[in-house]
Amino acid sequence: MSFLQVRDLTVTFQRSGHPPVRAVDGLTLDVAAGQSVGIVGESGSGKSVTSLAIMGLLPRRGVKVTGQVRLGDRDLTALTPRQMRDVRGSEVAMIFQDPMTSLNPVITVGRQLTEVITRHSQASKVDARREAESLLRRVGIPDPARRLGEYPHQLSGGMRQRVMIAIAIACRPRLLIADEPTTALDVTIQAQILDLLRDLVSESGCGLIMITHDLGVVAGLCDEVHVMYAGRVVESATATNLFGRPSHPYTDGLLRSIPRMDDDRGAALHTIRGSVRDLVPWDRGCAFQPRCDRAVDACLAGPPAVTDVSVTSPHRARCIRPVNVAASSTSVSKAKGGVR
Amino acid sequence: MSVTEAGSVPVGKAPLEAGKPDTDSRPPARGLRGEAARRFFRNPMAIVGLVLIAIFVTVAILAPWIAPYSPKDNSWLSEVRPGVYPGPSAEHWLGIDPLGRDVFSRLVHGARQSLLIGVVSLTLGATAGVFLGLLAGAFGGWVDTVVMRFVDIMLSVPGLLFAIAVAAMLGQSLTSVMIAIAVVNVPIFARLLRGEMLGQRTADYVLAAKSLGISRAGIVFRHVLPNSFTPILVQGTLTLALAIVEAAGLAFLGLSGSDPSTPEWGRMLNDAQSTLAAAPMLAFYPGLAIVLAALGFTLVGESLREALDPKMRR
Repeated sequence: MSFLQVRDLTVTFQRSGHPPVRAVDGLTLDVAAGQSVGIVGESGSGKSVTSLAIMGLLPRRGVKVTGQVRLGDRDLTALTPRQMRDVRGSEVAMIFQDPMTSLNPVITVGRQLTEVITRHSQASKVDARREAESLLRRVGIPDPARRLGEYPHQLSGGMRQRVMIAIAIACRPRLLIADEPTTALDVTIQAQILDLLRDLVSESGCGLIMITHDLGVVAGLCDEVHVMYAGRVVESATATNLFGRPSHPYTDGLLRSIPRMDDDRGAALHTIRGSVRDLVPWDRGCAFQPRCDRAVDACLAGPPAVTDVSVTSPHRARCIRPVNVAASSTSVSKAKGGVR
Repeated sequence: MSVTEAGSVPVGKAPLEAGKPDTDSRPPARGLRGEAARRFFRNPMAIVGLVLIAIFVTVAILAPWIAPYSPKDNSWLSEVRPGVYPGPSAEHWLGIDPLGRDVFSRLVHGARQSLLIGVVSLTLGATAGVFLGLLAGAFGGWVDTVVMRFVDIMLSVPGLLFAIAVAAMLGQSLTSVMIAIAVVNVPIFARLLRGEMLGQRTADYVLAAKSLGISRAGIVFRHVLPNSFTPILVQGTLTLALAIVEAAGLAFLGLSGSDPSTPEWGRMLNDAQSTLAAAPMLAFYPGLAIVLAALGFTLVGESLREALDPKMRR
């Protein structure tokens, strides 16, 4: 049973003198305990705004959030700012992209950890410090007692991201949102961080929303994947189905864009033509239509509905001409690289 | 999994490798303050400034013991005739002024006045400025607007005119001078801190702190403020230099007190005016003292700025 239910989440940015912009449009998402859900999309697809909306971290002025974010039996969007502060950090927590800038440079790692622990529990300072030490050990930081007294700039990037993760899991949240947690890291460190995340999820049973542009990350980590384009989810499936039988032409294009080991060396790399800016507003048709190889006139007849493309497993695509269900040969094990 | 080898991406649950340490951990380094201090003390400018300040402060504190005579003692009046002012001698290192007082003793005691005015006016001005800046930076919105408009008004009043107005209201006194200099510095500190806090409020670590449910007060006092305070420290040191010059200027204008025998560098400059042609050195000594004291604080302030510059951090 999913404890996080996002229903019809819509985020609209309103600036005076500009037409309102729908950064996220009617997003529906479920996360069950111990489940990892990926949200994939390129820059501007609305994936980061989604995470901020779930966390209630969007500015109140100029931003309209509608829809429901149910965590357990509570609707987070209906909470007061004070109630939401109690939820953040204790029930939902977030890991950010850049560990270089996401830690406070002037206070020690230990204080940043104990601050969260004492904020959400009755723990004494001594207890909090002991807890902080065991958290650092848990995320794989050697000599945690010494590290507690150090400042972020004394740690490497991978270490800092481990510290960020330790802070995020400090109060045993039910939901962890990781917003591109590996983008700023070296490739070897990325793998370690993802291993750590996967391990934490399976051990603690918390849910994980992994936000990324990196299909490889999703392939290795997530049970379920939602692909976003221009603010809407265009395809939702289990990771296996998505990589095995991509239905939406956008997903298909993304997967084809990943260079493969068995490609001819001289062959041109596959690209999706156009850019994200070439889009049709969703209420007039399919936003991806200008870039789509399969586009027909009917694509601009109206907003495309979400259809089930598989009878055996949940697999939905927002497309009137989904790619032939069993046609693609791209498989999960071949996936690597990014979307960009 | 952005590993380099495509075929190696595991799909299922991988074995636990979380305990594996990063390979790129650096050797232990000193804390932030340690590194800044090391940069500071390696800077020759800082050392020169520190020495100047040390001399200035020592002289100011130990003035009664360093000065051979009382600064108000005019028992050498008989040695002074119009146009003839005894220069340096063994008894009077810097000579005797037209009113028969020992110049060196007056200069030494003058340091006391300057330091007192500098420290008190800085403390008052910086405290008020930091409070206003904190108010504006922490709350933003209409509080920010109201506070900053008030600060703008303060900034639009010329410092010297304001000082004269204060002296006119409260009478010529040391207190007036200190209040005037303090008030002039309030908007500088307020704007500095507010600007810095506004910049920090959008920093990633502030968003991260918000995502952990840290209260508004916690974010302001534990995260934003400590990260915004460096420029205040630098400005404080530089302001001391300015305050010494301003104090001398106000004293020169005769605003620093009704007792003309009080030893004050600015007043000494003023006194020397009437005999400038016959005894130029009487103007030179207090002038040099003002310059050296101000230079000391300026050098230290600039060196602090360089040492604390976040861009210098590794």
